[in-house]
Amino acid sequence: MTDLLDLTLTDARDGLKARDFSATELAKAHLDAMEKARSLNAYVLETPERALAMAAESDARIARGEARPLEGIPLGVKDLFCTEGVRTTACSRILDDFVPPYESTVTAQLWRDGAVMLGKLNNDEFAMGSSNETSAFGPVVNPWRRKGSNAALVPGGSSGGSAAAVAARLCLGATATDTGGSIRQPAAFTGTVGIKPTYGRCSRWGTVAFASSLDQAGPIAKTVRDCAVLLASMSGHDPKDTTSVDVPVPDFEAAVTRGVKGLRIGIPKEYRVEGMPAEIEALWQKGAEWLKAAGAEIVDVSLPHTKYALPAYYIVAPAEASSNLARYDGVRYGLRVPGRDIVEMYENTRAAGFGREVKRRVMIGTYVLSAGYYDAYYLRAQKIRTLIKRDFETVYCGGVDAILTPATPSAAFGLAEMATASPVEMYLNDVFTVTVNMAGLPGISVPAGLDSQGLPLGLQLIGRPFDEETLFAAGQVIEEAAGRLTPPETWWA
Amino acid sequence: MSVDEKTVRRIAHLARIAVTDEEVPHLQGELNAILAFVEQLGEVNVDGVEPMTSVTPMVMKKREDVVTDGGYPDKIVMNAPVTEDHFFVVPKVVE
Repeated sequence: MTDLLDLTLTDARDGLKARDFSATELAKAHLDAMEKARSLNAYVLETPERALAMAAESDARIARGEARPLEGIPLGVKDLFCTEGVRTTACSRILDDFVPPYESTVTAQLWRDGAVMLGKLNNDEFAMGSSNETSAFGPVVNPWRRKGSNAALVPGGSSGGSAAAVAARLCLGATATDTGGSIRQPAAFTGTVGIKPTYGRCSRWGTVAFASSLDQAGPIAKTVRDCAVLLASMSGHDPKDTTSVDVPVPDFEAAVTRGVKGLRIGIPKEYRVEGMPAEIEALWQKGAEWLKAAGAEIVDVSLPHTKYALPAYYIVAPAEASSNLARYDGVRYGLRVPGRDIVEMYENTRAAGFGREVKRRVMIGTYVLSAGYYDAYYLRAQKIRTLIKRDFETVYCGGVDAILTPATPSAAFGLAEMATASPVEMYLNDVFTVTVNMAGLPGISVPAGLDSQGLPLGLQLIGRPFDEETLFAAGQVIEEAAGRLTPPETWWA
Repeated sequence: MSVDEKTVRRIAHLARIAVTDEEVPHLQGELNAILAFVEQLGEVNVDGVEPMTSVTPMVMKKREDVVTDGGYPDKIVMNAPVTEDHFFVVPKVVE
């Protein structure tokens, strides 16, 4: 039944509707593939019983002619989304065996629409990382390898399990989250499509918080169209999240075939960073040509504060993280390590429960928010954020509809290759994606080709607030022009 | 700005994270690398710039100040490491 794994989400939707196969067969094919792919470490928890029960319900509904929009579609869920009755850890030891008594809004909406849960996906601890190597469950292995090499590569992060599972055909789509690039960078590293919608498009309720003013959920899937279908289900106003925006959710799937005729696409000169590989520069050029050939006008634009986005992010995100992660105190849930008194109990619990990257960020955040430093660091970073946002507003006011950039400064790198690098070198992975979170804008990463070593590279499109539709339309043009990548051989099975 | 060992210990205590003597120099190096990286923000002129407080300009929604949820203490304490009669148990804090 290998062919079922090769289907896109929308192909599977059509096949289920035509009764070419059942939801149970589709779920079983994926569960079997997951079992054989455990060496990739993409799933941290498989939920076969839940999957088969949900698939049986889908089959019954299809038989009754009552199919919902995602009826019988098997999905993986990043372990940052709380799932009722199913262990949720954020891939941190500190959450231990936490079993949420509630369901996140995003996943609840996917199940409402008939999707089937296959299991929980690996990620960097509390979504802090760009290689999925900070997970308490160990790293995820990228299904892609360099031509003629067996060296294990990272899938990117923090949604590394989501991206690897989609690329390895272990689900038809996955939920993910993006705080500084955690959807788009792993999508680029694995030849998959990932979209971070506008801040406020998806509810954050029930998703483990990292940096609340930057966190946003979104899908990773095999195609642009699949992402459009998933995002439509995940989006919408939620009274339980005050930052969730009360605007209508457009028909994203209808936008996919809209084309780019007459659109103005901006090329920001500040993204031409020093030391950028020639291959990435060439791919970026090619992307602009594809859009032009499809009828778009290409214009040079300037986003002068681009270089300050990453350092400002490394103040804002750790500051918010230090506040959000204060809740892990060994009292209400998760790990507890005893001490002589309550403070020592807190300190021992957090020392044992948090990994190195999380400790580092909580400490940086604590420092920049501490007495006497707030104005110099946090307040200044938030002012710079205004300037970054203003850069984008100026470009959009000038009549530009979307901006085209590379998604990452390199292709996937080797596992442990960055082990001796300074934290800042790892942070540079997010140099093209982090501006989008700082300004709250939507961004999509679409596979656009392979590098000379045979690894996927992605292009990023950045849109106006709440204009994900243009990103789907332009993303589709790139997907069609580049041709869908041939998925990697299943060397792991 | 850079931090010394004493400051690293103070931050760790504020963050309620126990650190060992061996960890301190390592953490100090890493924190200083990050602080050196963010130092470039000092060159940006932010005079008269308002700090960004929300991504989308919108008025925060408010709801009626009434109880809308609750009544299930079993669920509330089900994940706690130590509980007694629906209370969370912590080490003695008051003499």
